[in-house]
Amino acid sequence: MRFHAIQAQLGRYLPPAVVGAAVTFAIVWVCFVATNTTFGSAVHDPTDFLITVLNGITAAGLYFVVASGFTLIFGLMRVVNMAHGSFFLLGGYIALKLQRHWVGGGGAFGLTSDQVTLRNWVLPALIAAGIVAVAGLATQQMFLRWNQGQDLRQALITIAISIILADQMLAHFGGIAEDIAWPRQLDKFVNLHVGSISYPLTRLFILALAVAIGLGLWAWMKFTRTGMIIRAGVDDRQMVSALGINIQLTFAIAFVIGSALAGFGGAIGGSFASLAPGVDDNWLLNSLVVVIIGGMGSLGGAAVGALLLGLVTNLSATYLPSNYTYYSIIFTFALLVVVLAMRPLGLFGRPA
Amino acid sequence: MNVVARASPIRRLGGAITADRVIGVVALIVAVVAPLLFTTYFVSAVLTQALFLGVVAASMIFLSAYGGMVSLAQVAIFGIAGFTLGNAVTTNTKGLNLGWNPWIGVILGIAVATAVGLLFGAIASRSTGIYFLMITLTFAVITNYFFGQVTQLSGFGGISGIRAPAFIGQPEQHANRLYYVALGVSFFVYLLIRYVVRTPVGLSLQGVRDDPVRMSSLGYTVALHRTVAFGFAAFIASLGGVLFVWWNGHIDPASVDLGSALDVLVIAVIGGLLRIEGAWLGAVVFVIIDTYTRSIGFIGDRFHTLIGLIFLVIVLLSPGGLMGIWASGESLVRRRRLPRATGIERAARGTAEPEVGERV
Repeated sequence: MRFHAIQAQLGRYLPPAVVGAAVTFAIVWVCFVATNTTFGSAVHDPTDFLITVLNGITAAGLYFVVASGFTLIFGLMRVVNMAHGSFFLLGGYIALKLQRHWVGGGGAFGLTSDQVTLRNWVLPALIAAGIVAVAGLATQQMFLRWNQGQDLRQALITIAISIILADQMLAHFGGIAEDIAWPRQLDKFVNLHVGSISYPLTRLFILALAVAIGLGLWAWMKFTRTGMIIRAGVDDRQMVSALGINIQLTFAIAFVIGSALAGFGGAIGGSFASLAPGVDDNWLLNSLVVVIIGGMGSLGGAAVGALLLGLVTNLSATYLPSNYTYYSIIFTFALLVVVLAMRPLGLFGRPA
Repeated sequence: MNVVARASPIRRLGGAITADRVIGVVALIVAVVAPLLFTTYFVSAVLTQALFLGVVAASMIFLSAYGGMVSLAQVAIFGIAGFTLGNAVTTNTKGLNLGWNPWIGVILGIAVATAVGLLFGAIASRSTGIYFLMITLTFAVITNYFFGQVTQLSGFGGISGIRAPAFIGQPEQHANRLYYVALGVSFFVYLLIRYVVRTPVGLSLQGVRDDPVRMSSLGYTVALHRTVAFGFAAFIASLGGVLFVWWNGHIDPASVDLGSALDVLVIAVIGGLLRIEGAWLGAVVFVIIDTYTRSIGFIGDRFHTLIGLIFLVIVLLSPGGLMGIWASGESLVRRRRLPRATGIERAARGTAEPEVGERV
């Protein structure tokens, strides 16, 4: 009896205690110790610490743009869109080809930002988002709509689509990594006037886009009729359709917006990093980790999850001892483990 | 529970001759004499590969059919066994170059993979269904990146020159030896799974699959059952990983990437996620398509488009896969003769096959 009581107490308090100790150790390590790392501790080198944190936050911006589309679709329809990474890559490739087509040239080394105007970045990105939205809508209408409620089957269907898309993209766009050029107005460094840090404007631009998209989605959810229906649908789909609301139309809208966000994210991601086969897997992983941490279907959860993932990946890559920086991937895993151990449904997740 | 557990061996002994069993025995006989019937190339490239892929797919189908968990981490576990074995036995290549006895490498590979499987299982055990799929997918991708990034253990080039123990020899020279080892392992895995699902633990696992809340209120620890099932599946997948590195002599992170994980999922779905036999059926179909369609002009390198389309068609039309098609045909015949089997009778048979039309 006594033993069971102790065991129950252990079960309740041990995980938070271990996690708390680990997090405290990580903070102390980064702030004060950090021996054998590239920059040393945060106290020793605050400038590079600040840059690392900024890198984490701006990366989180892109994670959020992509994952918010994923979580929107999941929250309403319980569809895990395993083709989300493929939609991301497809959007990136479409924007790339449009930009090359309009600007002309490019050659083996691609375009430089001097050749690209703001219009030649924005238009391809928006058109790519539009085309991917149509692809998403087609997927939903042709394959997913009549399998409503069978979530495993729907996941398998989107996996099949991702296999086909990945192979077709390899055939049409080749296997060499390419990137979209930023417009010349953005491709420069700005002085932040904090510790004389000169920081890439493009990263701040990504963050600004992410914040704008986040606010836009929030306002859409909060103040419009469609947003209200979506929120109601997340809680009780059957009740919503019993009230005479065309839930199928709402599903289609959610899928269009969710896919468009993946495509737009692909255009940003293709400018920020590069596009190649395998990038789709990487972004599917990012989206999954973000929404598993944040809680599936929660927009705020996606923002927090993206922030955590961005900070953990950037800080671990910088503040691991030099010989061990390759192990930074472990920290993504550890983040997942920590969150799931404490909250199986993610930080902001609610039972379905 | 106990009544069912005691009843099942009696049913098994009272072996009526059914179409299932006849086909099973014929398939086994063909498999045993295959080296006499087919070319060495076919035995080595197609059949041996299908056997070890079937072992991995069987671990996935076991989890799906008896635990209600579709795991995409089986290839990661398979890779962990392969990489551990590679690190332990090789010299003069990437990795740790420990140069130990091949059998120690095998034991270590299986032990490490099973331990990691138990860890993965413990983390994912509180999730089910689609959440479980997503969490195991992240395990798969993280494992791939781990071996790609950690140059001390592998790096992108991977580990080469992994040799099987002396009595098996080089697969290039003695294709049949490795084939029979793979066949033996496959047969062992099949019997082991059939046995385990009839034990009390296996039966309560199926209870957990069907109604976790009720099992939990009966006093069973749901999370522990799932964790143990995942560990057991990891053990099976690690056997496949050992066979793979013996067959291939080389393992790199691309062997465990998302594409490979999906290949095994495709195999399991083609075979059918409901019956263990489907694993090897799906693997043979997959490997034959993989090997022979590449030479067809208009398909050529677009093998994955073809396999994706086949996968899509199967998911849309027959969620039970090829075994499901067989089962629906069979039960159509049976329904004319016998009344429909009740749920308890099906549980006693130890199979998870649903009736036709039942949702997957």
